[in-house]
Amino acid sequence: MDTYLRRTAMWYGGVGMLAAQVLRSLALPPKYLRLIVLEVETMGVRSLGVALTASIFTGMVFALQSAVNMARFGAENYVGPLAALAIVRELGPVLTAILVGGKVASGITAELGSMRVTEQIDALRTLGVNVIKRLIVPRVLAALLVFPLLTVMADVLGVLGGMVIMYFERGTDMWAYWNTTTYWVVPRDFLMGVAKSFFFGGIVTLIGCYNGLSTTGGTEGLGQATTATVVHCTMAVIVSDFFLTKLMLMIFW
Amino acid sequence: MATAARERGRGPAATVEGQPMVELVDVGKQFEGNEVLRGVSLTVQRGETTVIMGGSGSGKTVTLRLIAGLIRPSSGVVRVFGERIDVLGEEELLPIRRRMGYVFQGAALFDSLTVYQNVAYPLHEHTNLPEAEIRQRVVHFLSLVGLAPEVLGLLPSELSGGMRKRVGIARALAQEPQMLLFDEPTAGLDPTNARMVAELIGQLRGGVCDTAVVVTHDLELAKTVADRIAILIEGRFAALGSREAVLASSDPAVQAFLAGEARVTA
Repeated sequence: MDTYLRRTAMWYGGVGMLAAQVLRSLALPPKYLRLIVLEVETMGVRSLGVALTASIFTGMVFALQSAVNMARFGAENYVGPLAALAIVRELGPVLTAILVGGKVASGITAELGSMRVTEQIDALRTLGVNVIKRLIVPRVLAALLVFPLLTVMADVLGVLGGMVIMYFERGTDMWAYWNTTTYWVVPRDFLMGVAKSFFFGGIVTLIGCYNGLSTTGGTEGLGQATTATVVHCTMAVIVSDFFLTKLMLMIFW
Repeated sequence: MATAARERGRGPAATVEGQPMVELVDVGKQFEGNEVLRGVSLTVQRGETTVIMGGSGSGKTVTLRLIAGLIRPSSGVVRVFGERIDVLGEEELLPIRRRMGYVFQGAALFDSLTVYQNVAYPLHEHTNLPEAEIRQRVVHFLSLVGLAPEVLGLLPSELSGGMRKRVGIARALAQEPQMLLFDEPTAGLDPTNARMVAELIGQLRGGVCDTAVVVTHDLELAKTVADRIAILIEGRFAALGSREAVLASSDPAVQAFLAGEARVTA
């Protein structure tokens, strides 16, 4: 128990220290800017399929379930705003962060962990390279850009998915659905979700990087670190979502 | 050829004449309660090759990593190029590390990069040289380690163990270091490749880089390249001095170690 607590405390401390190092190293040399572009492609473009498929089906199933149950109370007209609010405030950012975050962060852990166990990280250090600036900061900056963009796309497709399924399954008028939705859902709802995704991007990337950099124990350790990253990222998104929501409601609502 | 060192704005005379390149003073190192080094002291002068020998787990690589500033000592003082590095942060260590070249036991080549990209890495990173000049230098450094330009486009996974070691040395040389650190340079190599690498280390002293610290348990390598030998036994230097003096040591522990290594080498 004592060892577990110590390791947990060291993990939180390590992620926090890495975040501080990233903040101190944000000024990148111009030659590293292309690394951000490469990371945007790796994280964003290659994750589009996963994020958008998940969001459109989530929007559809949410609308379908809501319609069936809200019809019992004569409130089917409010399915649009309900589904849209759920998507833009919670499901869009959280699902995107969990799905894309798990994929991206586990990939980062595998790559950095492999570099670590084969001494490539130490090789970079002996070549006088700032490992934080070269390997971590470009990934974090790319994530801060990619996650909100993916969330915006996921929000749009999720809402459209709900609207389309309501039209085909329940015969709802699309124009009325859209009007009700845009009447009840205000820009602040949408911006709250996007703001969360900004934090989620930073958190999951830092976790992926930290677990990769602290990998020990050869290939077995690498496998464990990669698995741990998926769990850590999922938990971090779910737990931080509560605190971010509470904070944002306190400040902006 | 204008050197990469000059490109980076520091010349080879950055170390004061007569000052030791490396100075370890009563250095100790523990890993989670396990005491690996127990107060070792060592001085490496410019122009000499010091070989650190010892059995597995005796702390040889730890000593080398302390010199490179990759880890910090638990106690004692580490000075490199006259500067105390055990108190420096990672950022402050970077310019000091650029003045030394580190050759890893497993070469530690960047596995997604070609041989050319590996050797050119420090040049791309720290200089603004045109690509043509970088290519010329890469070919030059590869020729110093006996590799032809045909390997430039190969990935590390396509190279033999001996070739990987030599590319690792070429990459370290690309920094134009004032001192080279070798971690088990002949480990895992067949006798022919091991001899080739040993001869290469000897040749580098001819002008490319005249100061080296070599960590090895290969007695033949030590006999070939060492000016001074230090033998680590149970975290302490059981013998430290000129090659001849250490090899002739009457210390029973040193004799037992050398006899054991001689049997392994034979």
